[in-house]
Amino acid sequence: MTTVVDPGLFTSLDPPRLAGSRCRSCGTVTFPVGGSCPRCTLPGPDTVALADAGTVWTWTVQTFPPKPPYVPPAGGFSPYAVGYVDLGDVLVEGHLLVEPGHLRIGLPVRLVLTPVGDGSRSTFAFEATP
Amino acid sequence: MTVAIVGVGMTRFGRHDELSGLDLAEQAVREALADAGTAWSDVDLAVGGSNVSGKPDALVSRLGLTGLAFPTVRNGCATGGVALATAADAIRAGRARTAVVVGFDKHERGAFASDPASYGLGAWYGETGLMVTTQYFAMKTRRYLHEHGLSEESLARVSARAFRNGAAHPRAWRRSPLSVEQVLAAAPVNPPLTQYMLCQPSQGAVALVVTGEERAADLAERPVRLAAVSVRTRRYGSFEVFSPSLDPVPRRSPSIDAADSAFRTAGLSPSEVDVAQVQDTDSGSELIHLAETGLCAHGEQEKLLADGQTDAEGALPVNTDGGCLANGEPIGASGLRQVHEVVRQLQGRALGRQVPGAPRVGFTHVYGAPGTSSCAVLTLEGARS
Repeated sequence: MTTVVDPGLFTSLDPPRLAGSRCRSCGTVTFPVGGSCPRCTLPGPDTVALADAGTVWTWTVQTFPPKPPYVPPAGGFSPYAVGYVDLGDVLVEGHLLVEPGHLRIGLPVRLVLTPVGDGSRSTFAFEATP
Repeated sequence: MTVAIVGVGMTRFGRHDELSGLDLAEQAVREALADAGTAWSDVDLAVGGSNVSGKPDALVSRLGLTGLAFPTVRNGCATGGVALATAADAIRAGRARTAVVVGFDKHERGAFASDPASYGLGAWYGETGLMVTTQYFAMKTRRYLHEHGLSEESLARVSARAFRNGAAHPRAWRRSPLSVEQVLAAAPVNPPLTQYMLCQPSQGAVALVVTGEERAADLAERPVRLAAVSVRTRRYGSFEVFSPSLDPVPRRSPSIDAADSAFRTAGLSPSEVDVAQVQDTDSGSELIHLAETGLCAHGEQEKLLADGQTDAEGALPVNTDGGCLANGEPIGASGLRQVHEVVRQLQGRALGRQVPGAPRVGFTHVYGAPGTSSCAVLTLEGARS
């Protein structure tokens, strides 16, 4: 059974789907789940499963180890790519499991789980769509 | 009532291993009081801000226990602007006659660390390595270059100009000029941003003496009018630091709102600005803020920089003291450093590169996490009609 960094981020783990909020009034979608709509302030949005595929909207590479509370991998820090992925209704920030040389705005990607920290837990990430 | 800045003081920015944050703040306040030719005993309001380096109101035990009011503010990088706005409001309301505004910080080496809980985010966001300010700057910059057809060379031009200006400024931290080629060839910290396109946490303090109009002429030969100071937080649809998600088309910005408010209040337009300081925590941020504040059009930055128009001698002098890139960022002091520089430019007594031609209208812009901006319009009394 997969242990994730925060079960509240997901509607399901196999296959992984991210849980977002959709405002009942204006339809604004946000991630992670929140208690009210940041656009129109209405409380009590619906929880929805976000799309599990999209395109890279922007990206960078983290070349230096962040300070705590970041937990580096057991084998030590190595650079990792992050970005925002356009899932249609919302842009979601996450790790990009793509070689930096292949990263570009518009690259099609899909949602996966990836181990983080000491390897005992996973978080969401995006990899290039085959 | 018109509010004017009649005295300025600033420590050197950089590393001060032997001095505490309060030591630096005291030094800046004493210099500002001397600049205005007044004394702490004459001050009836102080407003202070420091992000991490002590309680600003503890300065009373060094400067004198006169019983004055001393509110403190803490709004990230926008701290200085908020402190100035607070003092100006008190003067306009008649609650103070002579105010001191002080901002300071003394940060440790290395990138800032941030606590997810204090931003209302889950622990996962920090643990998994997403809570890094420089990542945000890089991602926002990459998207901006993409949308507006700007080159990475324009990022390097921002840095090269900042270090050129810093080299000429005796209080700046980074005082060695770097070429565009050197900036581009430096280590990629968060691509497209290289080592020299990102400012570093640093140490320093700035203080201002602020009065109403009737006292201004007594205290300064050339008082600088605070024509407007506006503070705004983000609205939905902006692209902010520490955002696990964004609107699909994030077009808003608190900088757009704060600048618009400041120019409207001042009754001036961005095209009338003779000298500007805009937040340059990184080269990309400066490019973005130049357009968001209305100082240029989106996409126009490439040519402005290539043509040298943002240099002190250009049509739109920007960050004439080297900005955050050459001074580093003591969070509580940065916004007031900008005001310090503009006041001196308008008075014709810049410590570094002086904008020629007697500038009359100045502008400052700061932007802080998690989406706060403060903008000020400053004018020389007797400004052109």
